[in-house]
Amino acid sequence: MKKALLNFFERIEPDKAKSPLLHTAYDAFFTFAFTPNTVTAKGVHIRDGMDLKRTMVTVVVALQLLYVFGTYNIGNQHFHALGMYTGTFEAIHLKIFYGLVKILPIFVVTHLVGLGVEFYYAAKKGHAVEEGFLVSGALIPLIMPPDIPLWILSISIIFAVVIGKEAFGGTGMNILNIALLARVFVFFAYPTYISGDEVWIAGIEKVGAGAYAGQEYGGIYGILDSIFGSFGWATFGEGKQAVVDGFTGATPLGLASKGGWAAVTEHYSVSDMWWGHIPGSIGETSKPLVLIGALMLILTKVADWRIMVSAVVGFVVCGLMINGIAPATFGPETDGIFKFMAVPWYYHFYMGSFFFAMAFMATDPVTAASTATGKWIYGFFIGFIGLIIRILNPAYPEGWMLAILFMNVFAPLIDHYVFEANVKRRAKRQVALAKARVEAAPANAATVTAE
Amino acid sequence: MKSILNKAVLTLGTLFMVLELSAQNEGASGSNIFIYTLVGIAVILFFGMLINVADNLIGIEAKQNNIDVEDGGLALIPGFNHLFGGKVADYTANAPLTILRRGHDILLEGEATSTVKEATGVTRYAVQPTSFLGLQPIPKMTVEVGASVKAGDQIFFDKQMPDVAFVAPVSGEVIELNRGAKRAITEIVILADKKQEYRTFSQPDLKTANRETILNFMKESGAWSLLRQRPYNTIPNPEVTPRDIFVSTFDSAPLAPDSAVVVAGQEAAFQMGIDVLARLTDGQVHLGLDGRGETAPPAAFTEAVNASKRYFKGKHPVGNVGVQIHHTAPVGGGDIVWVLGVQEVITLGNLFKEGRFDASRVVALVGAELETPHYVRTYAGANVGELLKGNLKQDNVRYISGDVLSGDQKTPNSYLNFYDDQLTVIKEGDYYELFGWLLPLSPRPTISNTFPNFLFPKVKFEGDTNTHGEKRAFVVTNAYEQVMPMDVYPQQIMKSILVNDIERMEGLGILELVEEDVALCEFVCVSKQPLQQILREGLETMREQG
Repeated sequence: MKKALLNFFERIEPDKAKSPLLHTAYDAFFTFAFTPNTVTAKGVHIRDGMDLKRTMVTVVVALQLLYVFGTYNIGNQHFHALGMYTGTFEAIHLKIFYGLVKILPIFVVTHLVGLGVEFYYAAKKGHAVEEGFLVSGALIPLIMPPDIPLWILSISIIFAVVIGKEAFGGTGMNILNIALLARVFVFFAYPTYISGDEVWIAGIEKVGAGAYAGQEYGGIYGILDSIFGSFGWATFGEGKQAVVDGFTGATPLGLASKGGWAAVTEHYSVSDMWWGHIPGSIGETSKPLVLIGALMLILTKVADWRIMVSAVVGFVVCGLMINGIAPATFGPETDGIFKFMAVPWYYHFYMGSFFFAMAFMATDPVTAASTATGKWIYGFFIGFIGLIIRILNPAYPEGWMLAILFMNVFAPLIDHYVFEANVKRRAKRQVALAKARVEAAPANAATVTAE
Repeated sequence: MKSILNKAVLTLGTLFMVLELSAQNEGASGSNIFIYTLVGIAVILFFGMLINVADNLIGIEAKQNNIDVEDGGLALIPGFNHLFGGKVADYTANAPLTILRRGHDILLEGEATSTVKEATGVTRYAVQPTSFLGLQPIPKMTVEVGASVKAGDQIFFDKQMPDVAFVAPVSGEVIELNRGAKRAITEIVILADKKQEYRTFSQPDLKTANRETILNFMKESGAWSLLRQRPYNTIPNPEVTPRDIFVSTFDSAPLAPDSAVVVAGQEAAFQMGIDVLARLTDGQVHLGLDGRGETAPPAAFTEAVNASKRYFKGKHPVGNVGVQIHHTAPVGGGDIVWVLGVQEVITLGNLFKEGRFDASRVVALVGAELETPHYVRTYAGANVGELLKGNLKQDNVRYISGDVLSGDQKTPNSYLNFYDDQLTVIKEGDYYELFGWLLPLSPRPTISNTFPNFLFPKVKFEGDTNTHGEKRAFVVTNAYEQVMPMDVYPQQIMKSILVNDIERMEGLGILELVEEDVALCEFVCVSKQPLQQILREGLETMREQG
């Protein structure tokens, strides 16, 4: 079979000179299917089995649990808001298929657009398609709200890949994290779609002032319904159902910024937040699954544990400091921000996407600091600054995106000083050695005269 | 560093336990959990402090006992390296010991059995001017094709150092003069006599002769070509007195010859060589001893006099002399040191003992593609095809003069390099692999934990020359730092070479490196960058700048 496939690939190889774009695409798919037969030339004769493709795909594999849970959670949140099927496994087929209908277009569009740009630039510059977008393409759907319009998604990805990566020279050269750049583009260019309280649950529409209802099911849902119906399972039905009383659609962070921890626990239980049964971006909500992914990256050494550990340390230090300056008692007039500041630091782990950002965004090998010392500093400040933005800046509900991009910019500077320290250490060492030799010189001089 | 890690892991573990508990116990009031957490952290910090103090005390103790640990301090909580890395052997007690934590041993099949055979089938030997770095491409020949030479007769000299002779390793007839690009001389082939004849020298007496006499004798007799200098790994300039001389008595490269086999029967010659070297420097002759094994290295090394000795324990590249220099007395700031291998020291010793240039070498024929990997006794520059006659399993192989990391690719019709005492033969990897990057079916050496290799640390691999991926831009993946036991940043040095920033290169320590020191980094590089080639370009730039 392998031989037949090889022959097939050989037969369909397009002419490189006539159609470079086609050839680039062909080359990308061919090297995807087959590790090429190139042998070492100069230098080492034997190479490690690890390459960039495998490095990247390890991250993608670590994200798979989040995709599964994220798909389920889109549906789960949707039906929860409508007060239907509130049990975890109740009508799970509806929740999963509802999630799939939402997430598949996002995933497909992300890859079509992102890889399209990559292929175009690879053909234009005449190099092979590099693997960077494997990871970016897997991360971007996970950090978008489930209802993001696909045209916004496309524009943000084009912006991120062209301005963020290709303008700097392609994979390995970018300064800013591509996935976060796509998200930050949506955030600032289309603020109404990604910020605020109302968008984090899929398929909930505003039908009047403060009144919401579920979407109308039709089209694909009708087809699914006829299948489910034939099995005698629950079906989507007509839709347009009103949401349950007291529905806000707000994320825990949105609630906390207004009313502190009390406001959060009014709507969400701690265990729901821990396990991820809360609204939010598609892949960030389930803390245990994120931590499993993080552990996988640490054990395979694909991501650096130093960054993760120091980010947690920065987070804790900052949390303790903010708790320290928060007022002890609240009156009825107290601003929401003070109540938010008083939320104990360890509760902050439950809300928002700290673990996701720490494990998958901060550790991006291209944009993080490259030295061990630099990584400690880099990670610490991500944890520290991110929490400051989350709590103290009312304009941004969550801080990691900005904190990481901010530290991405500073990572080369941190590294620069680490290298400078190495240079200084070396110079100092040489001076010390020379000095020791001068002190030892008389003894040697004696041997010379003895000759 | 490690103690920080241990503490961090402890803290994190406890933290998550608390979080998990509180997640399940929704009823508990926040302040209770908060207090428990604080108490927990306080307890951890207290024990952390205790451990830290004890750790420092152990560190002081270690220093008093002359044990030098790379990252400073021995951790009280043993790391994985410690638990599985074995204990420090007793024999290392009588000399200083350096333990290197970073590095990687690539375990390959085809290790030589320790019997040494005579290489009877080898008739042709070559002197390759390209083996000696720092010479001009077209050396001045002193013999012509057809001339007959004795072992030790001058063959050519370099115009920059006209009084330094490069000599024939064997006696016989010069039959070929092969040229490469730009007419540079690449091989001077000698058809060896059945019975070797040596040019006899009257060697100076070490006790009475002055340094000048010894130097002149070495230049005239061909012994100068045994020396190499760091930085750059070139033939040293006779005008410059080296700060120190370093000899690594073991090779940690994959399938490298065992120096115990090499030195057997040559103990006196080795000591003589060391005595000569001790006269050439104002500093010291440093011997790097093998501290890895259960048993002590041969007495020829451990009992050697006139030299300062230090044990090194760790994984490859621990046997590289460059790494040993870095951990003994680093070069930089205009320092010049000389380095030699064990076989060069023996040749030098024999020259002063017996007055003849005896370029005999014990060469390890190794690799998974050989029927019987073994040692042979031959002379420097032996023909590759003749050495391997009747020993190959198949044809599609890579011949390597040296080890798989920093050796030179050869053909059956070419010759071993002058300094190499190892000929490795491995399979060519010119095959396609279906989804090889995702689901590799054949085992392959790697340091990555994405392969199950780390579960089977003793398994040996066949190894082939497939690149297992395509060349990409540099991406930081921590791979280099796992295998580089020196205080340098390889990737940053490579980048400064690529942008030709000379000041930066020097500052970051390019002068401490030669190709073999970054070879392991090149092996692990996920971007498949040619680090050794880049480094050599950088070194050449530095050398041109003076």
